[in-house]
Amino acid sequence: MTAPADGIDLTGLTPGPAQTWGAIRLVPLLRPVPITDLRLHARLHHPDDLSIVHTSPRTAYLSYVPHAFVATWSTDTAPAAAYGTQLCGPADTGAPTGIRLVSRRRMARREDRQRLRFLPLHLAMEGYLTLQFGGPPVAWQEWTRNAVTRGLSPRVEASYTGAAVTGLDDALRVFEIHPDQCGMMLYAADALAAAFVVPHPDDYRALHPTLLQDFYGELLFHYTHLYPAVPDFTTRLDDTRIASVADLRAQLAQVGAEWTAFHAGMAGGLLSAGRRTVTPVHRMGRFTLSRFLPAFDPEAENHIGETITDEVGRTAYLKTFRLSAAQIRRGHLLSQLAATDWNLDATATALRTDRDGLIRRLDRAGLGHLLRPDIVDSSRRHAREPRGRATTAGPPPDRSR
Amino acid sequence: MSRADRVACEDVVMFVNAAIAATGQREFRSGAAAQRLSLAFLHEYVLGNYRDLYAATLALDVNHGNTAMVVTNLLRTAREASDQQRATEGRLIAARLRTLPPQRVYGVFRELRRLRINNRRTRAIVRDWVAARPDPAFDAVKYRRSLSFAARHAHLPLPGEVGTVLFDWRRPKRYQTPILEAWRRAHYEQRALYDLPYTVAEGLAAQHGIDRARFLSGIAPRLTDGERLRLQGAAVRHRVAAVAMDLATAPLTRLATYALSLPRPERARRRDELTGALRAAARRAARRQAGTWGRVVAVLDDSYSAAGSGVKRCRPLAVALATHYLLEALATDYTGLWLHHRGDPLLVHPIGATGLGVRLVDALERRPDRLVIVSDGWDNDPPGQAAEVLRVWRTRLDPHQVTSVVHLNPVYDADTFDVRRLAAGVATVGVRDAEDVAALVELARFATGSAGFDELRRHLADRVEGFLNAGPAAS
Repeated sequence: MTAPADGIDLTGLTPGPAQTWGAIRLVPLLRPVPITDLRLHARLHHPDDLSIVHTSPRTAYLSYVPHAFVATWSTDTAPAAAYGTQLCGPADTGAPTGIRLVSRRRMARREDRQRLRFLPLHLAMEGYLTLQFGGPPVAWQEWTRNAVTRGLSPRVEASYTGAAVTGLDDALRVFEIHPDQCGMMLYAADALAAAFVVPHPDDYRALHPTLLQDFYGELLFHYTHLYPAVPDFTTRLDDTRIASVADLRAQLAQVGAEWTAFHAGMAGGLLSAGRRTVTPVHRMGRFTLSRFLPAFDPEAENHIGETITDEVGRTAYLKTFRLSAAQIRRGHLLSQLAATDWNLDATATALRTDRDGLIRRLDRAGLGHLLRPDIVDSSRRHAREPRGRATTAGPPPDRSR
Repeated sequence: MSRADRVACEDVVMFVNAAIAATGQREFRSGAAAQRLSLAFLHEYVLGNYRDLYAATLALDVNHGNTAMVVTNLLRTAREASDQQRATEGRLIAARLRTLPPQRVYGVFRELRRLRINNRRTRAIVRDWVAARPDPAFDAVKYRRSLSFAARHAHLPLPGEVGTVLFDWRRPKRYQTPILEAWRRAHYEQRALYDLPYTVAEGLAAQHGIDRARFLSGIAPRLTDGERLRLQGAAVRHRVAAVAMDLATAPLTRLATYALSLPRPERARRRDELTGALRAAARRAARRQAGTWGRVVAVLDDSYSAAGSGVKRCRPLAVALATHYLLEALATDYTGLWLHHRGDPLLVHPIGATGLGVRLVDALERRPDRLVIVSDGWDNDPPGQAAEVLRVWRTRLDPHQVTSVVHLNPVYDADTFDVRRLAAGVATVGVRDAEDVAALVELARFATGSAGFDELRRHLADRVEGFLNAGPAAS
């Protein structure tokens, strides 16, 4: 069902000029012709609710779910603006504020014939978390019994809500939404952090504030702390070639065209990424909801995300999440292990290292609990001892005089 | 011009711009705390470096909040001034306080009390101002707490029953002064309310539990013009016909704010009435200058940032709308270009990004005598294009400067201590009320740095001279 694919098809969307605020650069994506037969509704849940999303029996992961979306699919083109409803549970007064667990059923499921509810980005996050979720298929002796029988459960990854990111709230508040805007690319210190595309401008205007409740990678959080501000890109007109108002107009039009090309270069890591793995989740009418995983190349940007594409593959809806370096390392190791059926020696060869090196990498990446403790300990001991020294345990040298 | 003079000139122009535009309230892009902090620093800086010029700004049309700050700061630091400076400042302060609204002046007195500034000169200023008030008994009712603070702080001798009503109002069985007697009776009977000023009667009406609609129709004859305009919406909600007013008497910017507060279908329904009122107000503001400006084109900002903030709803947009009608009255041939809006300007609303560059080309193509830009200066579609267009226009297409370009900015930028500029060679002036536009365009020649510091000093000295001589006549 999964298929490798290359870049995301943003046909019909043109990037507009960026607006900067502090370290955050927001690039609007404009859609001259909106898609009218796919509309979204945001369902705001209480922000303090942790949700358990059951994907199948025995595999549940904890994550913060700010809101769920409802995709409305209609064949008539009646305008229906998105609305948000607030669901608040009864607050327990007197008791200390605990985490109430709200059980939701499958992430993408038909509510009725024309509606599909899914939790934004959770599809993609789920795809990332269930990567090699089953654990080793062959019971090599180095892996713990737990890893062989239970797999990687429980699997937890950290992310930050937009409200925790410095300056993002102000950047979203003062952003001037274009009348035909259907999407947004979010850069922190000029590193692409997230992309968001919806089918219709009304949807975008309704969902613009929800960007603050969404979750973002560690990278965005750190970059906005480390970099105070990014400069505006201003283009300089060539005044030697301007002799009349018509020339001036022609130059302005040319500058506008350059913006689009320039931005395609800036967002190259997402739009022309290497081999992505795309998994269709649900198909409804002419639209397909799918999630994608990157190639886990530690040298490049890696975005997980989910898309709704139409019958020719053009993007109607897109939401991405940029993985942090540690998350990429984990994904990379897991996919390499999977390629060799979790055999340590074969994986070490594939990664051009030795067995000890691979064990140390697994340990540092936070996957050490899958290996037997004695194996991890011995590799740590080898790492501490300088190479070339005899490791035989002799009597200690006599230092007493 | 020496470098020191140029710096001084820029500093003073920066301060005047800020003092006209800044109100210390929350703006679209910065909070109230940032605005106040930035403004307080700017006041300190100019007061420390150019005390004479700082005092001279009292003769300009800076806004009331900043005037109050200037007066307080001058009195606070009187120790650092020479005798001659003190004499000038005293006359300027006295003349300026007479032109301020009374609640602002009482605010200054409260601030002086909070800062514990109480010397002979301060007491004399308070005494003279209170003595010049037309009706102390009315002040004792409407500004009761403030007057009592000022009286206690400055040791004021108060006439007759005014002192009694401030400090021991329950003792007399009845007052001889009618308004004081009405105020005493209003505590016990509802009918006496309607002889009091609206702000005082409102609180007492709430105590008596009087129905809002009944109260409004009863108090309608006592409303001031500002209160009447402010209560238009409430009057419609409660169906009180007595509060209705002739909009043509309202000041221009207030009227524009009111028009923008109405929903757009209602604006379309009352188009003739609102447009007529706005045009009449603009003609009144233009006075003798009407029709003397030649061919004028304006580029007006209706981007989303013109929505202002919760405390200044649509203020930048209202200034732009009012300027539109004012320029229409001032010019012989006028064109107003909005960024997004086409058609009747009465229906503008803040939406979209700020693409000034392309609209500036549209405006300059008409080759007007004067180009006026009303915008908050955040040009972001694409960023910096307006500056480029103006630069190319100045260097290549209009080297003899046939078109004079002025940028009016209604928003104070807390980070740069100034209103945000569009381009280097273009004069940027702060604006708060559209009625002052004609005077502000006069200031614009100092904002570009083309006029020298001596000229600026002379200009300010002339203004001070005229202000002090006209002051007693105006009061």
